[in-house]
Amino acid sequence: MMRLEKRPSPSRLWTAATPVLAVVVTMVAGGILFATLGKDPVAAIRLIFWDPLFSEQYASYSRPQLLVKSGPLILIAVGLSFGFRANVWNIGAEGQYIIGALCGTAVALAFYPAPGWYIFPLMVIAGAFGGWAWAMIPAILKTRFRTNEILVSLLLVYVAEKLLAAMALGAMRNPDGGGFPGSRNISRYEPAANTELIANTGLHWGVVTAFIAVIFAYVMLHKHMLGFHVRLAGQAPRAARFAGVRPGALVVFCLGLSGALSGLAGMFEAAGPAGRISIDFAAGYGFTAIIVAFLGRLHPIGILLAGLLMGLTYIGGEIAQLTLGLPAAAIQVFQGMLLFFLLALDLLSNYRVRPGRREMT
Amino acid sequence: MTEHTPLLEIDGVTKAFPGVVANDGVSFSIRAGEVHALLGENGAGKSTLVKMIYGLVRPDAGRMRLHDAAYEPRDPSEARAQGVGMVFQHFSLFDALDVAENIALGMDDPPPQRRLARRIEEVSHDYGLPLDPARLVGDLSAGEQQRVEIIRCLLQNPKLLIMDEPTSVLTPQEVEILFTTLRKLAAEGTAILYISHKLEEIRALCDHATILRGGKVVDTCLPGEKSAREMAEMMVGARLNTPARAETQPGDVLLEVSELSVTPATPFGTKLHDISLQLRAGEVLGVGGVSGNGQDELLAALSGETRLPKSEIVFKGRPIGASGPNARRAMGVLSAPEERLGHAAAPDMTLTENALLSGAVREGLARRGFIAWRKARAFAERIIAAHDVRTPGPEVAARALSGGNLQKFVMGREIQQRPEVLIVNQPTWGVDAQAAAAIRQALLDLSAAGAGVLVISQDLDELMEITDRFAALNAGQLSAPRPTRGLTMEQVGLMLGGAHDMEVAHETA
Repeated sequence: MMRLEKRPSPSRLWTAATPVLAVVVTMVAGGILFATLGKDPVAAIRLIFWDPLFSEQYASYSRPQLLVKSGPLILIAVGLSFGFRANVWNIGAEGQYIIGALCGTAVALAFYPAPGWYIFPLMVIAGAFGGWAWAMIPAILKTRFRTNEILVSLLLVYVAEKLLAAMALGAMRNPDGGGFPGSRNISRYEPAANTELIANTGLHWGVVTAFIAVIFAYVMLHKHMLGFHVRLAGQAPRAARFAGVRPGALVVFCLGLSGALSGLAGMFEAAGPAGRISIDFAAGYGFTAIIVAFLGRLHPIGILLAGLLMGLTYIGGEIAQLTLGLPAAAIQVFQGMLLFFLLALDLLSNYRVRPGRREMT
Repeated sequence: MTEHTPLLEIDGVTKAFPGVVANDGVSFSIRAGEVHALLGENGAGKSTLVKMIYGLVRPDAGRMRLHDAAYEPRDPSEARAQGVGMVFQHFSLFDALDVAENIALGMDDPPPQRRLARRIEEVSHDYGLPLDPARLVGDLSAGEQQRVEIIRCLLQNPKLLIMDEPTSVLTPQEVEILFTTLRKLAAEGTAILYISHKLEEIRALCDHATILRGGKVVDTCLPGEKSAREMAEMMVGARLNTPARAETQPGDVLLEVSELSVTPATPFGTKLHDISLQLRAGEVLGVGGVSGNGQDELLAALSGETRLPKSEIVFKGRPIGASGPNARRAMGVLSAPEERLGHAAAPDMTLTENALLSGAVREGLARRGFIAWRKARAFAERIIAAHDVRTPGPEVAARALSGGNLQKFVMGREIQQRPEVLIVNQPTWGVDAQAAAAIRQALLDLSAAGAGVLVISQDLDELMEITDRFAALNAGQLSAPRPTRGLTMEQVGLMLGGAHDMEVAHETA
């Protein structure tokens, strides 16, 4: 028989090792999954994790895609990690991402086709504001009426999706588009375009913002009282109140920050890689970022690495879909498994496994 | 069975847990009808020993004999079947069920409810523990809840009853009722194993005492023949210093609370009604009362965790009722809550981080919000050195410290910040005798240096020892403070609301 024994302090070794172990276990379980689908597991895993970066056939296209896909994931996940550390659960980043994209695009379309250096900065402000405002709805409902922010923020995703469809079909539809849904391509409207800064790297302003957010989050969490209070509120809410933290203000701060960063991610996506608002603009970054945040242990550097890894599975998954004919759902299951194994293996950093009988003490 | 054969015999019992030997060759015996005290500081091994007797823990080595036969209970129900009952310090009762239902849940083979209710009434009448089987447990006082636990044991006709710190939640009058019951049980031949560190109670109640220290039996004595001080020194294994205090004249009023009323945020909180008090420089004011009468709410109101109308609290002429904890700290009003882990300190954070938790403002550990980690660490080291906190260093998680050491750290953290007013709740709760003496001395030194100290505590001995004035908190209301010198325990008990109008129990029984 085995039993679990709580460690006096969390193990540093296991805290660092479990994400790596989770990736390995996911590869094994994913391989079994792909094998039962009748695909060669080794080839599929290789296609997902190796080929996007190193195969001659795909790398020239997929290498820049890595930053394009990882950028929004990292940006959103960094914002979410503050709330998750403080026990404020924003599950609706996808909705804030959509609203940010809508607000940013609206600014661009309002100026079209005028020139002006100030248009792109205005779009950035509008995108951040849109995401922030959308996140303020669950924040205010929670602080005023004690509603559950998980439910409210999640349900607001579906409201945002309807709003996106309405905009793509209505107010923002391209007047020169022959009646097809979707806005003008603002990435071709120079003052509003979120261009690739260095050719063939995929590096755009959103990726730069994501890197800045990682550094900002690192400094905040480790060097600043605000980050200390965020960690304190998550670990010991009563101690946080004793330390002078106002729980309501913290909820507003955490939701506001993650909303603003999600909105920025949406705005950069709309003005860059996506280029426009369309019905299927939302690609699930807001939900996948939750996995990224936990895979990165809610630590900024960890999130950076986890975002890159998750971006890789996106690209690799696409390649696997095209070449092996794997269903898209299989890739999503694969990503979900990663979170599942990570949380399961987390047990090892706080407990150790010992042989012997369980004893009541 | 004759008077001379022991009922329970413990012989060389040893139990080790990872990293600690909780019991090391412990031997003693209890005769029928004897009240036997098990004395020792926290961590001396008392709990492990009684858990082995009650079948919760199995010994690694040694023998136990009950009624002259080998006794090796595998679980508590087997122990109960052989006539061993136990009343725990923390009750295992369901608030939403009534008394009879709660008792039925703890029995291995409960009779039908109606018959059980009648039995409960009989037993409670016989032993002078009045209890209505139909009342909801959530509506009972702590003393009445304890009666539920005791009657649950008595229904099984135990030959040995183990009581773990039974008086920590009782008023002096309720303690008297309990003792009358226990004496009656002993007279009928039930053996009682009584765990406590309240030495005066042991002197009043117990026939024999076995003293444990570091998992070993270090001494035995007849409590009636020893003074409380002698027994305390046997427990600690060293001479004890009683806190010394200098005679000081109380100075100006530092903190004035007037007509403070608080409605709790949760339905389980206690409402505070019209609390008024004055705290002067250089005095120690004690607030006594059984837990759950508004202690937590009073501390939260004074620390700033609960925001109030401005004028309800005035510090040196400035209204501070609406100020938060950090604004009050900046002025010199500091506090230390009861719950060490989770309220006064964050369990998973290091001592350095916990030093920062309340020390950031007064110690200047953050500039424009940016944390000076080196200064925070130095502050933590200062606390550790000044208050003899046993820890490998300031980078250890708070939860890795023993209760007494963490309490010394938490109290030291506030004392080192040179407060003008310090409010503490249960400053020595669950702390061993030496650490408790050190904390009390530190509080006295602080008041001697001119600070006002408000001590909220359930430990009446502590309040009698260190306070200048005493007030009782009962159902959210504070009595007028009276000078502590000259107060008798009986007067204190009446100030605390007596035995919840149950003093007559034994006269009718």
